Amino acid sequence: MTVSVSITVNGKPVTRQVEGRTLLVQFLRETLGLTGTHVGCDTSQCGACVVHVDGRSVKSCTLLAAQADGCAVTTIEGLAAADGALHPMQAAFREHHALQCGFCTPGMVMSAVDLANRHPGGMDETTVREGLEGNICRCTGYHNIVKAVIAGADTMRGAPAKAAE
Amino acid sequence: MAPLDGIGASLRRKEDQRFLTGKGRYTDDFNRHGQLHAYFLRSPHAHARIRGIDTGRAKAAPGVVDVFTGADTKAIGGLICGWMITSKDGTPMKAGSHRPLAEDKVRYVGDHVAIVIAETYNEAKDAAELIDVDYDVLTAVVVTDKARAPGAPLVHDEIAKNTCYEWSLGDKAATDAAFAKAAHVTKLDIVNNRLVPNAIEPRAAIGDYDSGMDSFTLYTTSQNPHVARLVLSAFNGIAPEHKLRVIAPDVGGGFGSKIFIYAEETVCLWASKQVGRPVKWTGDRSEAFLADAHGRDHVTTAEMAMARDGTILGLRVHTTANLGAYLSTFASCVPTYLYAPLLSGQYRIPAIYAEVDGVYTNTAPVDAYRGAGRPEATFVIERMVETAAREMKIDPAEFRRRNFVPADAFPYQTPVIMTYDSGQYHKVLDEALTLSDYAGFPARKAESAARGKLRGIGFCSYIEACGIAPSAAVGSLGAGVGLWESAKVRFNPTGNVLLYTGSHQHGQGHETTFAQLISTYLGVPTDQVEVIHGDTEKTPFGMGTYGSRSLAVGGSAIVKACEKVIEKGRKIAAHLLEAAEGDIEFKDGKFTVAGTDRAKSIQEIAFAAYVPHNYPQGVEPGLEESAFYDPVNFTFPSGTQVCEVEIDPDTGVTTIVNFVAIDDFGKIINPMIVEGQVHGGIVQGIGQALLENAVYDPESGQLLTGSYMDYTMPRADDVPSFKVGLVETPCPHNPLGVKGCGEAGAIAAPASVMNAVTDAIGKHMQMPATPERVWRAIHGTAV
Ligand code: FES
Ligand code: FES
Repeated sequence: MTVSVSITVNGKPVTRQVEGRTLLVQFLRETLGLTGTHVGCDTSQCGACVVHVDGRSVKSCTLLAAQADGCAVTTIEGLAAADGALHPMQAAFREHHALQCGFCTPGMVMSAVDLANRHPGGMDETTVREGLEGNICRCTGYHNIVKAVIAGADTMRGAPAKAAE
Repeated sequence: MAPLDGIGASLRRKEDQRFLTGKGRYTDDFNRHGQLHAYFLRSPHAHARIRGIDTGRAKAAPGVVDVFTGADTKAIGGLICGWMITSKDGTPMKAGSHRPLAEDKVRYVGDHVAIVIAETYNEAKDAAELIDVDYDVLTAVVVTDKARAPGAPLVHDEIAKNTCYEWSLGDKAATDAAFAKAAHVTKLDIVNNRLVPNAIEPRAAIGDYDSGMDSFTLYTTSQNPHVARLVLSAFNGIAPEHKLRVIAPDVGGGFGSKIFIYAEETVCLWASKQVGRPVKWTGDRSEAFLADAHGRDHVTTAEMAMARDGTILGLRVHTTANLGAYLSTFASCVPTYLYAPLLSGQYRIPAIYAEVDGVYTNTAPVDAYRGAGRPEATFVIERMVETAAREMKIDPAEFRRRNFVPADAFPYQTPVIMTYDSGQYHKVLDEALTLSDYAGFPARKAESAARGKLRGIGFCSYIEACGIAPSAAVGSLGAGVGLWESAKVRFNPTGNVLLYTGSHQHGQGHETTFAQLISTYLGVPTDQVEVIHGDTEKTPFGMGTYGSRSLAVGGSAIVKACEKVIEKGRKIAAHLLEAAEGDIEFKDGKFTVAGTDRAKSIQEIAFAAYVPHNYPQGVEPGLEESAFYDPVNFTFPSGTQVCEVEIDPDTGVTTIVNFVAIDDFGKIINPMIVEGQVHGGIVQGIGQALLENAVYDPESGQLLTGSYMDYTMPRADDVPSFKVGLVETPCPHNPLGVKGCGEAGAIAAPASVMNAVTDAIGKHMQMPATPERVWRAIHGTAV
């Protein structure tokens, strides 16, 4: 059984016929070729697949593509500015060495952006650690991710950036 | 002045741009024209005889192109283990048959039974359910002590007592004599829990046969594509090496688990020729839990003999290592030569004797996982030292100091093979004590006690061996390969550089660190350098990345290649500058006539080499040099961690309240990257100590911890931030003075954490110190 799915992905409307059981992450990766969104597990535990659906972070492996019909989806490919300038959270991850193999990174960054948006007053380390509890990173030990998320959130809300140590 | 992007700079990583924008290219991101999808049917039983397999209904299912079982793949050579271990009675290890698809028996849950190839992944997976396998279910052996009991079922019918080898190292008589004069003996039973590596990118492979060229290409999640090609050619017989290209593109973490040559890529590659189309397989996490090689799984009894003043006299260790159902690619050496030679730790121990029994069970194969043998050895010696100090009422830091190899005793020959090259163990310990405010611990403990909490502090002063390895040395110990590394430096006519390495990055940052070497050695800025790796058709043969070897061995090869470039450049410069070759100096990217300001940049020399109109006679055009580097010794990174925990006795919950790591990795190229490696390693070690445990049902052999809902991965809110520091004692025997930093955190942290936990509760307990197990330990029902 196929269904018609219309989603605005990174600002561009797309309509595709897909098998009913197609997950949103499969729709992005396989149907649209947006391979920046990753799959790290099959139990919705790792967060490698996080995208924004109507502005909120969502594990795209937990959603059928059909359930996102009519929604606006932003993936890691859609985060940087049109001129290629990195989003402040992307830039903070680079500055603070918050990625190693890069596989968890797209989901981690998308979760971090949503976390920052939900804490307009800024975040302490505990808030960041608890807020990223749904994203597993096997490489970094989280130390630099936490630093990056605090710095990236500061830049996002216009607070003076602290230099990396 | 050193260039700002050379050795010593915390240069931000070149590779991050693509990873941060979703443009990384991992194996599953590749799709080949006309590609089919594979699904592997796996054994649901830990141990069963296969009476028959009926694939008829599956072959007829929608979209299915073909189905293959063990009966179809007999032409593929068996999966191999590349290190021969000899038992103490002189007999060679017993490696059971390891077929890519099971033939007579299945030997663990997840063992490979059939491959279904279809137009889509879902069709392949659906069709796999239609395969009828007639199993005669046998009793499984899961626990090593039961596997060796008389009458136990045999994993491999021809291997008695399920024993692969009974190996030993060291001088038994000397060790017995040391114990005979001991004033105090400390004894512990130690379990090193089984772990699942869990790189976040699951393994994947695309086999692609080109009938026009009669050649194969394999895209795969590998830490060592050349080794994969060699094994797939020489042992599995898929194609000769010159007809096989292996591409390991961006790889999402390895930690050892992607060193090995597994059934999946072997069969996909072979099958692509059978079906005449590319065959893609991407594992899911459940398959990773079942069929990635696991790590650790040792059961050990250790005894240590001391004189009255705490001087260590001898160490005796017996370890039973669970090898799983089959010998994985390097499984045999991990609990032997990568383990027992590290049992001396940072200490002068006159006599050591270790016995290791390698045992088969009906569980997933066990092989190298971050640290590979050294974490197990470190855990033994550091738990022993801490326990001995407590029993003898000597401060554990002081106990270590009394027994350390002193800084003036290098090179230091241990009684178990290794010659330590350098180290400053006292200095590192002192810095760790200062950074952790050891002096203030009693006050903090009292403050915790006032709140009803148990506070503990634990040390781990670790040694490890990296930079594997001098080829002749490991060859004499049974290794089937050489362990050198390669590099090629190619100047382009316009003066930028392509650097080809035989090692492979999957998180370590080679594209940045190696470019920094070029910046320092050749004076070419890092943004003018492209590091190329992971493709056997592009890079020189190399042994790949594991054992924290890439910089010590691969980096040394880069230095050698740079030296050759400079040598040739000097000849060209002498000609162009009309000076004697001996008068030409090279520095900061410039060839200068000594004592003058007459100079040519290395870019000008490169251009002259490719447009050799005015050129020295007898010198070949072009500027491209290769080098191979075979190390003369291992390197010996060392360090001390101090972990402080607070435990709630009512809930058993352990909180790490302070964590300090001082490491001596020799010379540091990029401090930012090095610290990142330390953080990541520490969390894997904390994971082992507090959270992670791969558990099989002891009767059925079913994996009880087969998903992230059952196997506790460390998450951001499980761990603290760390205080890390570096001491630099250059390695004396490689040109960079580097030692390796990739595994230290994971090697040391299990011991530092468990020393802190056992200090807090006042009792020995086994890992992982989960709340339930800690609570039981405190309240007297220890596990
Ligand atoms: S792939 Fe979605 S949470 Fe793991
Ligand atoms: S950077 Fe590798 S999993 Fe996070």
